[in-house]
Amino acid sequence: MTWSEMQPLLEQACQETLIMVGWSTLIAVVAGLPIGVLLVLTDKGGLLQNTVVNKVIGQIVNIGRSMPFIILMVALMSFTRWITGTTIGSEAAIVPLAIGGIPFFARLVETAVREVDGGLVEAVQSMGGNTWTIVRKVLVPEALPSLIASTTTTIIALIGYSAMAGTVGGGGLGDLAVRYGYQRFETGLMWITVAILAVVISVIQFIGDYAARALHRRGGRSGPGPKLRLLKAKEPDAQAAPSGATVTDVSKVA
Amino acid sequence: MITTSGLTKVYRSRGREVTALDGVDLHVREGEVYGVIGQSGAGKSSLIRCVNLLERPTSGTVTVAGQDLTALAGRGPRAGRELRQARSRIGMVFQHFNLLSSRTVRDNVELPLEILGVSGKERTRKALELLDLVGLADKAGSYPAQLSGGQKQRVGIARALAGDPKVLLSDEATSALDPETTRSILQLLRDLNRQLGLTVLLITHEMDVVKSICDSAALMEKGRIVESGTVSELLATPGSELAAALFPVGGEATGDERTVVDVTFHGEAATRPVISQLSRTYNIDISILGAAIDTVGGLQVGRMRIELPGRYEDNVVPIGFLREQGLQIDVVGPARSALVKEGAQ
Repeated sequence: MTWSEMQPLLEQACQETLIMVGWSTLIAVVAGLPIGVLLVLTDKGGLLQNTVVNKVIGQIVNIGRSMPFIILMVALMSFTRWITGTTIGSEAAIVPLAIGGIPFFARLVETAVREVDGGLVEAVQSMGGNTWTIVRKVLVPEALPSLIASTTTTIIALIGYSAMAGTVGGGGLGDLAVRYGYQRFETGLMWITVAILAVVISVIQFIGDYAARALHRRGGRSGPGPKLRLLKAKEPDAQAAPSGATVTDVSKVA
Repeated sequence: MITTSGLTKVYRSRGREVTALDGVDLHVREGEVYGVIGQSGAGKSSLIRCVNLLERPTSGTVTVAGQDLTALAGRGPRAGRELRQARSRIGMVFQHFNLLSSRTVRDNVELPLEILGVSGKERTRKALELLDLVGLADKAGSYPAQLSGGQKQRVGIARALAGDPKVLLSDEATSALDPETTRSILQLLRDLNRQLGLTVLLITHEMDVVKSICDSAALMEKGRIVESGTVSELLATPGSELAAALFPVGGEATGDERTVVDVTFHGEAATRPVISQLSRTYNIDISILGAAIDTVGGLQVGRMRIELPGRYEDNVVPIGFLREQGLQIDVVGPARSALVKEGAQ
């Protein structure tokens, strides 16, 4: 395979990854943020303490988190069809990616928000602020550096997940590596794809860290910047390879 | 201005009950600085948090500026609109400042005004005015992390004043500060109290705080108020633990057959040569074990611990003479002296 053959494939794959990961991250952040905040608020001793709601949301999040992505994707097929009208293509892959990303991000938000000093909440209460004011003016702004770090982690995890989007014909870099590189023994293309992924992830990580640190420094809080609490990313190639076997089966189903 | 009656707070955790407040009756007059002092765990923090209902009292009532806050609170755990409005008229200063690190100093001071719905321009004007009042006009654009502890607390005070409160609650506001900074913050609170007619309720575990700015004080132990009153009343109360702790004089009896007496001088009595009169009139040798003159709550007070030869029974007449001179006399028994010593520490 020559470079001129690879180039259009790579370009298209990059575009597909960008679309899938971009939209699903956006949805995961928009939906995960309120869920994460709600998990903190409804927890014992929280402002909206409600054990039932807390347990129910917590369980849903746990189930979402424990579901292997490939299973989630298959399980959500009818839902995906209902939303996008199709179960094939990048658009269709956005739905399971977003659904998988929401609980992932929500847990990270929960941890970040929980770290906000309770004294600040008390201070705003003493000024006559209501719960919404506390969320808007204290919890989210004060947790912002951590929230940015969490977003970085989520983006990277979603890039990893998106490698499996090939099962629904979603395309993307991970899929390219599996279909051409692994299954057609185009080792050169596989390595190029992996290299691109590595670079993309490094850049995202760098930007995320930089933004989190910059905000953190502005606040000038002592100690090191927020650490990413989870594994930086599941290696996309490592994940793509073992799932390669299932890829063909499931795409038949799709 | 602030009245609590029968205030009780019981914490329940894992089936165990802890009584933090046990029927506290507190009365803070308008325009005074009122200090509540006690050791950790005495219930001071619970008390001040119950005043603006950050903690719901188990029973009892809290009235601030004629408004019964406990009635506004409602049943649920969340603060209703009326209670939140009432809170916005009560300023609160915290031990650890509780400033938002993501906001500049000016934005921190503007926060209560945002909650009150004041327009942007007005907020900025007011915030800068308040920062000027606490002497931090030049730090408006800084972030809290760039300030020293004392400066942070000044911002905390400016923020507490943003809603034009009549009452300021201070929760150990100086406990995280060094002695020098403590003095300047206390001075600021005193100035604000005088300039704005602000009523200040502060809790502290440091006697010096009460000594330097309080008009009235209360001593808390195990969730109860053991002693309370204006500082001059307390000093004039024989056997007052708070007075002894506010104004400790050291010194132990040199032998068994001795009587130790604490003599407290107020005002003009302080200038008369009573001790030498006593010595000449009754021809007794007096040793001075300890003495101090200090300003407590704006009053000049002197206190002296003297030792007379012989038991208390032998010294009834000289002690009577001292009482006649208009001095306050406390005979120090062995038990009392231990207590006073503790206070002095």
